[in-house]
Amino acid sequence: MPSPAVIEQFPHAHAARSELLLEGVSLECIRNDAVLFSGVSFALAPGEILHVSGPNGSGKTSLLRILCGLGLPERGEVRWRGAEIRSVFVDFVSRVQYVGHSDGISLDLTCAENLEFACALAAADPGRPLGEALDEAGLGHCSSVSARRLSAGQRRRLALARLLLIPADCWLLDEPFTALDPDGHALVNGFVRRHAAGGGTAVISSHEPVEAGGVPIRELVL
Amino acid sequence: MSASARSGFGGVLRRDLLLGARQRSELANPIIFYVIVIALLVLAVGADAAVLDRLAPPVIWIAALLASTLSLDQVFHQDFADGSLEQLLLSHHPLAVLVAAKIAAHWLLYGVPMMLTALLVTGMLRLPDSALATLLATLLLGTPVFSLIGAVLAALTVGLRGSGLLLPLLILPLYVPLLIFSVGAVEDAARGLPVAGELYLIASVLALSICVMPIAAAAALRARLS
Repeated sequence: MPSPAVIEQFPHAHAARSELLLEGVSLECIRNDAVLFSGVSFALAPGEILHVSGPNGSGKTSLLRILCGLGLPERGEVRWRGAEIRSVFVDFVSRVQYVGHSDGISLDLTCAENLEFACALAAADPGRPLGEALDEAGLGHCSSVSARRLSAGQRRRLALARLLLIPADCWLLDEPFTALDPDGHALVNGFVRRHAAGGGTAVISSHEPVEAGGVPIRELVL
Repeated sequence: MSASARSGFGGVLRRDLLLGARQRSELANPIIFYVIVIALLVLAVGADAAVLDRLAPPVIWIAALLASTLSLDQVFHQDFADGSLEQLLLSHHPLAVLVAAKIAAHWLLYGVPMMLTALLVTGMLRLPDSALATLLATLLLGTPVFSLIGAVLAALTVGLRGSGLLLPLLILPLYVPLLIFSVGAVEDAARGLPVAGELYLIASVLALSICVMPIAAAAALRARLS
């Protein structure tokens, strides 16, 4: 199998370990007795974005689940600020936001109720008013609409609105552009740009390029 | 419980109760099933007072066990399907506390209505009035155990194909001790015998379940989702 390659190297890569936020160290994933990927390593300093791409079935979702601690790698480890994530799990999950394949939205709750629940689960108080986050995600008029009545793209926007509401250092986004219109793409790119400019880091799996103007983006091809 | 864990518990409890209130048909189904099972039995046995007297305590309890397994699938299934479960696992609150909140919500939504229905249907079964208080006590202590043990198995089978039938098969044998002592207590009460021993025993099962089951269910969820 082809070994994954980190194409773009950045000078930050040599930054002291304590400055690194998220690291993957020779990660290997096995699914159904087949090696999906092995030897995947990367290190992300504040302000850096990792874009994961690769054909369907190459393990992008598995990699993201491993990075957020939902999945276990066969080999290797994920480090948060230099420590293995399971040894600092509570600290880790309170600084990370994961938006997975399924949006994590309860269809029988309204948009506002879904976000309120996300805040109740999160460590920090919401960084800003709930309505503002909905406005910015383009759902300002849907605040009291049941999520069941939203389109797939709108549900995606609601899931992404969590990112605006809950402060986190690291975003793990699995196919964030799915079902989004061109305006939604620009929106996500804008979120990511602002997040990186504020010293955050993100791992984004997507078939489409991430255009976060000026922010260093590393490419990882599985 | 720390303030943070309390807020996580409260958040999950509030949300699950809200969701339950919006899915009323799901709530009604086990209750209707419960009433139908008892009505079928009464129709089949006929109005033979002696037989009904003998059957009332076991039937009330067996029907409650069967009806409660119908609702267990609800504990985690929906959250698994829509991805909310992943968000629970990645919350910084202890997962066992969040799971305990889900179990509490399940008991309030399904256990409490079933308990009240059981009291109503005793009229059909000619249960002596002297046994009513004991029946209520066994159900009050027993129905939370349904939710607690059920949550562990629901967590173990969440996302499995065919978990609909697997769940009752796995769980019904685990209810046997509860069934024996509860029915024994109600029968003793109907005969005017003391029932404190049985009630203490059921209460101890409940206390043990409260301590152990949320932790076990949390571990099962982590295993299922990894």
